[in-house]
Amino acid sequence: MVYLTRKAEFAASHYYHNPDLTPEENQRIFGKCNNPNGHGHNYTLEVTVKGEVDPRSGFVVDLKQLKEVLNREVLDAMDHRFLNKEVAEFSTRIPTTENLAIAIWHRLISKLNQAQLHRVRVYETPDLFVDFYGEA
Amino acid sequence: MKAHLTRRYMFSASHRLHSDAMSEAENAATYGKCNNPFGHGHNYALEVTVSGPVDESTGMVCNLVDLDSFVRREILQRYDLENLNTRAEFMQTVPTTENLCTAIYDILQRGLTQAHLDKVRIEETMMNSFEYAGGK
Repeated sequence: MVYLTRKAEFAASHYYHNPDLTPEENQRIFGKCNNPNGHGHNYTLEVTVKGEVDPRSGFVVDLKQLKEVLNREVLDAMDHRFLNKEVAEFSTRIPTTENLAIAIWHRLISKLNQAQLHRVRVYETPDLFVDFYGEA
Repeated sequence: MKAHLTRRYMFSASHRLHSDAMSEAENAATYGKCNNPFGHGHNYALEVTVSGPVDESTGMVCNLVDLDSFVRREILQRYDLENLNTRAEFMQTVPTTENLCTAIYDILQRGLTQAHLDKVRIEETMMNSFEYAGGK
């Protein structure tokens, strides 16, 4: 089994707000991230796939295809977007880095046919990242 | 769904690698320049990884404010701009980054109640890093 990681960057804005909570609770839990006008990050995404090395090509996965899937499923939808308002998953979920990693996993999992998705890592800043392995 | 969140912190500290169980010659042979009696310092990068189910109401594994305040109070205040050899936990053990990893893991394991501790990773320099996830 060999693991391959592809990196991508996207810039997006978001804010944290749970409509089921009072304004005071939202403020207490989310602090400055609760500002409804949003704020942004330069996100770095690392997608790790795993598989056996194809003896003919020497590849675990065709990188060109992986890049196309990443561009189409994730970057076209999220780059330079307001996550709360423009990305469907976040109409009902708070676009935390945790939920972003989960959403990206689900966008990719059905579209990768050649290699098996192993991990989605999303860096919100160089000091904060979330890993999702598809665990229930 | 279970996600793994990693937060990165910086601190600077000095240390000297020296074991009372060894002769001067053995210490010099084992630790080399790190055995200099005057000590030397590093800018350490600490990565703390916690995991757990993503809370439906907050979208979070662990509130970062809680994690940051715990790590600042219990780890950074203890070690930042200090001489590690003067700390009680290094009276009997050598303040190698291996031992620093396990010391920090133990403090977090005992006191951090908001999320499950996965692992502690420390970069002593850009070339050396150490990880401890508990266990023998």
